[in-house]
Amino acid sequence: MTTPVRVGPYSMRPAPRALVVSLALVAASVALALVAISTGEFTVPVADIVTALFGQGTPVAELIVSQLRAPRVVTGLAVGAAFGLSGAIFQSLTRNPLGSPDFIGFTAGAATGGVLAVVMGGTAVQIAAGSMFGCVISAVLVYALAFRRGVQGYRLVLVGIGVNAVLLAADNYLLTKANINDAANAGAWLNGSLSGRGWDHALPVAIALAVLVPVCCAVSRPLRMMEMGDDAARAVGIRVEPVRAAAIVAGVLLCGVATAAAGPVMFVAMAAPQLARRLTRSPGVTLIASALTGAVLLTAADLAAQRLLAPTQLPVGVLTAAIGGTYLALLLRKDRR
Amino acid sequence: MARLTGSDLTLAYEQRVVASSLNVEIPDESFTVIIGPNACGKSTLLRALARMLRPKTGAVHLDGSVITSLPSKEVARRLGLLPQTSIVPDGITVADLVARGRYPHQRLMRQWSKADEVAVASAMAATDVTSLSERIVDELSGGQRQRVWLAMALAQETPILLLDEPTTYLDISHQIEVLDLCADLHEQGRTMVAVLHDLNQACRYATHLIVMRDGVLVAEGEPAAVMTPDLVEQVFDLRCEIIADPQSGTPLIVPEARRRARTPVAH
Ligand SMILES: Nc1ncnc2c1ncn2[C@@H]1O[C@H](COP(=O)(O)OP(=O)(O)O)[C@@H](O)[C@H]1O
Ligand SMILES: [Mg+2]
Repeated sequence: MTTPVRVGPYSMRPAPRALVVSLALVAASVALALVAISTGEFTVPVADIVTALFGQGTPVAELIVSQLRAPRVVTGLAVGAAFGLSGAIFQSLTRNPLGSPDFIGFTAGAATGGVLAVVMGGTAVQIAAGSMFGCVISAVLVYALAFRRGVQGYRLVLVGIGVNAVLLAADNYLLTKANINDAANAGAWLNGSLSGRGWDHALPVAIALAVLVPVCCAVSRPLRMMEMGDDAARAVGIRVEPVRAAAIVAGVLLCGVATAAAGPVMFVAMAAPQLARRLTRSPGVTLIASALTGAVLLTAADLAAQRLLAPTQLPVGVLTAAIGGTYLALLLRKDRR
Repeated sequence: MARLTGSDLTLAYEQRVVASSLNVEIPDESFTVIIGPNACGKSTLLRALARMLRPKTGAVHLDGSVITSLPSKEVARRLGLLPQTSIVPDGITVADLVARGRYPHQRLMRQWSKADEVAVASAMAATDVTSLSERIVDELSGGQRQRVWLAMALAQETPILLLDEPTTYLDISHQIEVLDLCADLHEQGRTMVAVLHDLNQACRYATHLIVMRDGVLVAEGEPAAVMTPDLVEQVFDLRCEIIADPQSGTPLIVPEARRRARTPVAH
């Protein structure tokens, strides 16, 4: 228990560890962003990044920084944060690390919606709309199927895993029906990738975060109380139903908008909240630290995906799946003991 | 009229009606104990009284207002509930869990006042968990954990406190400790309501007894007036004899022995 700060009628109880961890995560994101923007085939000194961003640099530096690398990095940070938040929300609601959108069919629903748009030769905007739509539909479906006098966490996870499998099969079917070019595009999109992402990808995610992060902050404490059970939360005065509704809507929208921008990148939503919890040593799920951890994870993974086998560029989704799969195996192993 | 009443309640989960036309009044400053066989609706009644379950008909009134019309945090400053089962969040310490009971007293800019600190410390002292305060709740025994939950409910500092089976996981000495604590709180002026399974403890501690069967209030009143062998047989299907508790003088239920003739215990 930490020392409270009290001034007159006001009082706060800062959590120094969570604060330090959050600041460290912010610092790590900035550092990763600078490395990602300045290094590569063409090196832009860190000092030149800012001038290039404000249109004062050389034309080459400006092109590389403002048009190629910066939007990709910003998209990565925003998508990572959105997945981290979404994962934290659903893990908290289901009280289960496997209750994240990338396991219970929400990311897959967004992917199927996106693939459908790609296969039908949709524009970038139509693909994004297809993802959002697919995410919402799959969430409604999973909740409806899991509903029996309320939705129990484990039932939601089981139903979600089932829906997830069906959606993955649907993606494969769609690919077989597409012409060869569309199928190649859709296949690349399905890996989850940040390559070639521009400001038009970053912007919707950034707007969604700007709107939904305050919502998340408002429901963060009530959500943590609800991890004790609905009755225990109601007993201390939490209005469980509106909190849950707001959290679900925020979580689904964040998952949808993130998938629309980067494709179904796996494991960030699942791993970020778990890592954040361990880093902050806080009981239950921590939303903001999860968002920051997601941003760092995805940006670091994308940097590694670009540099590890250079000049071969890996889609970041392949890397997160490889790392995440290992992590999942460790998590399950630990639970078994 | 009493502060907490339920009138003409129909309590149901979806189609399954647990109780209908139920009228109940919790006498102010009483120690009310609810008894009845398993699944007769004790928890359901308690949940309805604490606004966890919205009655299909009728209404629960707190201080004269329909309870669901009052702001939830406002209700939580007047009435607390220890649910029959709660889930311990992963990795939470005793002190942090107990502190969660202060939620209804806190606001964005008043997160941890001196009053919060005092309430948590005294709740932990009263339930004898102060020495566990930095321990992880998950790693405690069932009885210790139950006392931590009780401490959380106490920290809420509500004048009315509803407890659903507060003694269930406890050994006999901790059962008595918890009941003594409830009696102390009652003597300090709080209205206590508890679901208990042990009829003798119920008779000893209750100032007001509510006896339920199949969602119906079969009897209520002072234990000495209510408890009769006929009632026990009617409600619990148990034949018994009732004698005076040698310690407290309250009714003591002695179930009929299966075989009368057994070797008496040598003294
Ligand atoms: N969440 C629920 N959904 C459906 N039925 C329930 C639920 N909770 C309790 N019941 C049913 O309501 C009846 C009364 O339960 P309860 O009030 O918990 O009994 P008690 O606390 O007296 O043992 C039981 O038959 C039980 O099966
Ligand atoms: Mg019960």
